[in-house]
Amino acid sequence: MTRFLAWGIFLLGCLYFLLPLVGMGEFSLRMRRGEYSLDAYRVVFADPRFWDTFGYSLMLAAATIIVGIVLVVPTAYWVRLRLPQARPFVEFITLLPLVIPAIVVVFGYIRLYNTSSFLPLTGSALGTDFLLTMGYATLALPYMYRSVDTGLRTIDVATLTEAAQSLGAGWFTILGKIILPNVMVAVLSGAFLTLAIVMGEFTMAALLNRPAFGPYMQLLGANRAYEPPALAVIAFAITWGCMGLMQLVTRFAKHERAKG
Amino acid sequence: MPSAPKGPRLRLPVEWLGLLPFAAFAVLFLILPTMRIVIGAFQSPDGGFTFQNFIDLNTASNRNAYWTSIRLSFMTALLGCAVGFGMAAAVVFGGLPKAIRGPLMTFSGVASNFAGVPLAFAFIATLGPVGLITVWLRSEFGINLRAMGFNLLSYWGLVITYLFFQIPLMILIITPALDGLKREWREAAAVLGATGLQYWRMVALPILFPSLLGTFALLFANAFGAVATAFALTGPQLNIVPIKLFAQIRGDVLGNPNLGYALAFGMIVITAAANFLYIWLRVRSERWLK
Repeated sequence: MTRFLAWGIFLLGCLYFLLPLVGMGEFSLRMRRGEYSLDAYRVVFADPRFWDTFGYSLMLAAATIIVGIVLVVPTAYWVRLRLPQARPFVEFITLLPLVIPAIVVVFGYIRLYNTSSFLPLTGSALGTDFLLTMGYATLALPYMYRSVDTGLRTIDVATLTEAAQSLGAGWFTILGKIILPNVMVAVLSGAFLTLAIVMGEFTMAALLNRPAFGPYMQLLGANRAYEPPALAVIAFAITWGCMGLMQLVTRFAKHERAKG
Repeated sequence: MPSAPKGPRLRLPVEWLGLLPFAAFAVLFLILPTMRIVIGAFQSPDGGFTFQNFIDLNTASNRNAYWTSIRLSFMTALLGCAVGFGMAAAVVFGGLPKAIRGPLMTFSGVASNFAGVPLAFAFIATLGPVGLITVWLRSEFGINLRAMGFNLLSYWGLVITYLFFQIPLMILIITPALDGLKREWREAAAVLGATGLQYWRMVALPILFPSLLGTFALLFANAFGAVATAFALTGPQLNIVPIKLFAQIRGDVLGNPNLGYALAFGMIVITAAANFLYIWLRVRSERWLK
């Protein structure tokens, strides 16, 4: 009886999750009348704006990941090594992006960094890109920080630091050559999640008026019929790919540890 | 001798300097922008302190936007919790094959991140006017969803769409909590003569209650702040707070920039309350689930 109920709930849930995926897959193949074809994908891939916006978002994702690593790894390391009393404060800050909706944060950016302010970042394309990268970095912060902090928990930070220092290493060497490689798995899994978040992000890019992939998808959705589901399939594949890579590096790390 | 107590006292600020880059980032790109909104909400156009923005915000249309947003977030959080709990419980206790669990967790990770614009496309392709299910029901069974009053671009359409990322989030958070229910508790209850229902009502649910309520609060905030899915689904028409704020930032539809601050401030208050409830309850529930 319990098992019957469990299967029932589980299968109904699966049905709910599968139908939209099947729906978007099927719809994306319907562009040619009367038969299934990959025409919608051909049209999407032939659109130069697809590649422009896709490349732009990819570049921003890379910048966001670099900012995230440079910001989070030294901070989490320092908190663990020297400032455990700062932990509640830092953790609170890293949780803030979950508390304050992204649309509010970007609203603040627009009002705070407009052309007549002390730091007119929105005045130039490069400045706006910088602002958008920082916005994405705040979105990724909770996941990146938790991932790296968990990674640091598994290594003996104090001993590694003392060993490196007694061999004459400076702070940059310690962070770059000792700490970072040791938490690489955590950093990579945070990085793939960041990639997934940035590639699909719409609100911040749209309000800062930058040609990112999210606003491009929305624009196409408002004007076309068959290309949007094709884009949805592509976006789903990207998300799936990022999550798959996340699992892969974690599993890889477990093997390494088991061997060692 | 006087130098001895001086040493550590002088070192302290140097240690805190290590947090300077992080603190600068947080201040510039999180705290100051938010403060700008909060302060702006209490400012008149000439910069003086006022409550006038909140009084002006109190129109039927704005009240309606908040009410719809709250109902939407509440309903998706409630259904998300119920279905997510059901699926997680089915996998953890229901005697389903162990092999299902890994893929379900992976899929939940993917689906909880598959929000925004593409998710809206997927549902339009499925339940929209010419979507897979709509067409199939009409041609095979003669059921016309539209004639029955169902419209994807409506409140219930949004609820169904939001559940696609709400349910997986629930599964991701509640499965570890269900794993934390110790076998001994069930056995102890059974030894004392408790039925399955009594065990759930008197032991398991009270222990899980902080997790459940906390996750509910998290899902609520998650839905309340979501912009992209609703915008891609319905465009700027639907009257919910995030969409209204989006339109206000783009083109000052309320006709007064300070009203935008007040609108955003209301959002912060609601999501912050929900999230602090979540964080507080999680701290409480972790006591049991270690």
